[in-house]
Amino acid sequence: MIDNSPWNWDHVWAALPDMLRTFVTVTLLVTIIGSVIAAVLGLLLELLRRSVPRPVAGVLTFVMNFIRMTPLVVQLLFIYFAFTSIDPLIIGIVVFGVHYATFMAEVYRAGIDSVPPGQWEASTALSMSPGRTWAAVIVPQAVRATAPALGNYVISMFKETPFLATIAVIDMLGAAQAYGGSHFRYIEVITVAGVLFLIASYPTSLLVNRLEKRLAFA
Amino acid sequence: MSDNLDALSRALPRLLDGLLITLELSAGGALLAFVVAVGLGLMARLDNILLRGIARTVIEFFRGTSLLVQLFFLFFVLPLPPMNIELPAVVVGVLGLGLNYGAYGAEVVRGSINAVPAGQWEAATALSLSPAQRLRRVIFPQAWALMIPSLNNLLIQLIKGTAVVYLITIVDLTAVFNDLRQETRDVFFTYSLALVVYFAIAYAFSGLMTLLERRAKHRLGQSGRAVGARGAIA
Repeated sequence: MIDNSPWNWDHVWAALPDMLRTFVTVTLLVTIIGSVIAAVLGLLLELLRRSVPRPVAGVLTFVMNFIRMTPLVVQLLFIYFAFTSIDPLIIGIVVFGVHYATFMAEVYRAGIDSVPPGQWEASTALSMSPGRTWAAVIVPQAVRATAPALGNYVISMFKETPFLATIAVIDMLGAAQAYGGSHFRYIEVITVAGVLFLIASYPTSLLVNRLEKRLAFA
Repeated sequence: MSDNLDALSRALPRLLDGLLITLELSAGGALLAFVVAVGLGLMARLDNILLRGIARTVIEFFRGTSLLVQLFFLFFVLPLPPMNIELPAVVVGVLGLGLNYGAYGAEVVRGSINAVPAGQWEAATALSLSPAQRLRRVIFPQAWALMIPSLNNLLIQLIKGTAVVYLITIVDLTAVFNDLRQETRDVFFTYSLALVVYFAIAYAFSGLMTLLERRAKHRLGQSGRAVGARGAIA
């Protein structure tokens, strides 16, 4: 049965439950846990890079640049086929987290560099230990300055979750495509997938923009 | 290991074909993205509320929906009854990449033009240059030097983005490496090689952008060393 109508709402209602379910159980899940991993690991990587001897830091920087400049898709495939016994969803979360950690580390680097040298000097003058200086003075200021940039990466991670299709994880777009393939009707499901992405990402990016402006004049 | 190398040498012609496709998608996508970015970026600065509104809508639309959604739309939806437009897969890839990253680039172009000091606009007006001359000869060359580092980041994102096109049946580098994995059954060997090749491509394109940046700065009389791709992507 070929449906020639330009738009048929029945397909939307038929596919929507599955799409919304995968939106929560895959798309949002990977974005949220992936972001947490990326934000924490990114900070750890940047702090590590600053505390190890120069040659080691050089190697670390190279590895991070390598991860940053190579496709997420190939990294997903690599880890997926290398560890076939692990649940692909977990692989997805970890690979997204590590990939974006290398981006967030760069953001932290800029943030830490932007903390005025007077803050270091003041901490020394108050005879704070290096650990205390980092934890109580530098990192809080650096992270505050970097919040908008981190937010932007969370949004781009969110929009890259459909790449999980390459490792057989069915996300929202995957569910849409599966429905489209079995009913020979793509227009409704793909459009709805796009709209769902837009509904979630546009307000978030407005929020990030406002945050950016507020912090800029703070 | 020698089995791997045998398989690799057998696969070499296919790998070169795949590499060519990936390079075509990267270069074609980047070119289209640049045109889209400059067009939309300039349009988004106009006083005319209608044109500006259109530009903003297009930018937010392509930025807000995912790249893969756009590729799937062009690839699966367009050929079916209501539209009946069937495009070759590579054209779909270039269109999708160009529009998606072009929309991101538009924000970079807009921001860079806004970042040119107001005195430059005033000086150009005082020299009674026409609006087109003002933009072309005074403002854009300065904005261009400002925007290259961000465009460089986007270019790297675009090259990395080309790796999804095998999901719309294009036999690109990733697709060929997937075949090679099945032939060699050596995941580590295959994908390490794949990553290195992608890294080399991104590195080469990025080096080109650094050269462009150095030239742009030189032409402005700023001989300071160019700063490479680092940090934030909008």
